[in-house]
Amino acid sequence: MPAVTRGGVRIDETFAEAFDMRGTAVLITAGAARWARQAAVTMTGFATSIIACGCEAAIDGEVPASATPDGRPGVRVLMFSGSTGELQKQLQARVGQCVLTCHDTACYAGLSAAETLRMGDAIRYFGDGWQISKRFGGHHYWRIPVMDGEFVCEGTTGLTREAVGGGNLILMGRSAAATLRAAEAVVAAIAEVGGAIAPFPGGIARSGSKVGSKYKALVASTNHFYCPTLRGAVQSGLDPDIVSVLEVVIDGLTPDAVTSAMRAGLAAAVALGPERGAAHISAGNYGGKLGRHHFHLHELLP
Amino acid sequence: MSGLRFELRDPPDMRLDLSPLVPDRLAGMDRAAIERIELGTSRMSRRVGDVFGVHTADCECIAIEGGSARFDWVGAGMRSGELVLDGEAGLYAGRQMAGGHLRISGRVGGWAASGLRDGHLEIGGDAGPFLGGPLAGERAGMAGGIVVVRGNAAERAGDCLRRGLIVIEGRAGPHPGSRMLAGTLIICGAAGASPGYLMRRGTLVLGAAKALLPTFVPAGEASGAFRRLLAGALTALSPRAARLVGRAQDRFMGDMASLGKGEILVPAPATLRFR
Repeated sequence: MPAVTRGGVRIDETFAEAFDMRGTAVLITAGAARWARQAAVTMTGFATSIIACGCEAAIDGEVPASATPDGRPGVRVLMFSGSTGELQKQLQARVGQCVLTCHDTACYAGLSAAETLRMGDAIRYFGDGWQISKRFGGHHYWRIPVMDGEFVCEGTTGLTREAVGGGNLILMGRSAAATLRAAEAVVAAIAEVGGAIAPFPGGIARSGSKVGSKYKALVASTNHFYCPTLRGAVQSGLDPDIVSVLEVVIDGLTPDAVTSAMRAGLAAAVALGPERGAAHISAGNYGGKLGRHHFHLHELLP
Repeated sequence: MSGLRFELRDPPDMRLDLSPLVPDRLAGMDRAAIERIELGTSRMSRRVGDVFGVHTADCECIAIEGGSARFDWVGAGMRSGELVLDGEAGLYAGRQMAGGHLRISGRVGGWAASGLRDGHLEIGGDAGPFLGGPLAGERAGMAGGIVVVRGNAAERAGDCLRRGLIVIEGRAGPHPGSRMLAGTLIICGAAGASPGYLMRRGTLVLGAAKALLPTFVPAGEASGAFRRLLAGALTALSPRAARLVGRAQDRFMGDMASLGKGEILVPAPATLRFR
């Protein structure tokens, strides 16, 4: 595959193929930032891939107390799914089971949009008739009595159809430690970009997948092209000196957010150089026929 | 102010109906047409030109210079734009407003903001009885929007309030929040006798009260998240109300003689004082 070199790092002239998704965001606050973070972590724990989690979700960033509706420290969470119906189902289940249940938290819309998803409007029924509706400042909130006081939850949050899922960078290194260092640098750079998340554990996926399997029941299976332990047995995408590969998958509320995140990630990986970080960087695609969004690496180079 | 101006010539000799003088009803009218508008409420005619000197300009922004307790229905039915009355107003100011911004610098008579659905009414002086309340035969009072009274309010403020926010920066007369259906009524000063009488739902915040009805029961304290949220929304409207709501509040539920899902919040510690 043709490639360019930046700072000694080989970057394939290829593209990440990404898909249209439905996206939403919520803002969780609590008296102590620790409990807002706890609710966000719990809510996004099992949300790495829509293949089996129903949605992809992660923390977008922390929000200072001065910028939240109730003046308490907050955390913004982004959620993505393939359909409005599934996103609604996941939002309701995750706010209901992970935020409502979490000590001292309140939950607000994290996205303002013409289309909305039901949040407090659905969870209010937990109040068993004692829930209180409050409208002020152009927002509608529900107050639901719970054992430590009240759970305050905004009625709806915004839904966007502009969201994009599946931006990615594949990082290949000459040692496991160097590959991990590159992946962590990419994740740290993406964390600084608003409106984009890396939903896998710690932002990093080690089990990159391909479409289909030899087993009829599976829709996805291991991406043998990048598995170092299979390199002699299959057609491999690995240079002879590569021993470990990690992937960072990126979802964003807009195509621009994914572009910014991939650009920031590439710059961070390239800055490490081929010895301390990744020696070779590529991106995953399906030939360009499945996803509408193509993020070409050579257009995003530092 | 660069908008349309009405300059009061002499104190009116009868009660006047000022409801035609709102931006959406004056749109597209020239000065002669405006001066012909009938304001009189008796057998004698009183047209705009008889009462006011008219200075035409953009009618999205209207100023009435000089008020009177005989000016009824100021800003009634207003849907957009801005109307400023420099002076006092009579009955039914802002009645059934559905949008826009109405500011009255002086005091207003009874039933101000009655049936108000949306928009913003600011009263610089005191408000008469039944602020936001329904007229006889109506089942609900104010149903949305925001009312801020910088002075005091007379009896039955927020009667049958259904939705929306009323802030009274001063004191309130007897029975504030009577028969409230929902919504939020904040009284920064002391409330008169039996606040929240027969309220069903809604939030009544009091700066002080001598006593609560025995049909209001202690119900812990108001949650911090809700108080901070409400205080944040109040900051721009009324710093005084925001400070009151920001303080710790004891919570009472009632009126148990009615549905009992309303709440009265008073600065803590109130539970021992009332029980």
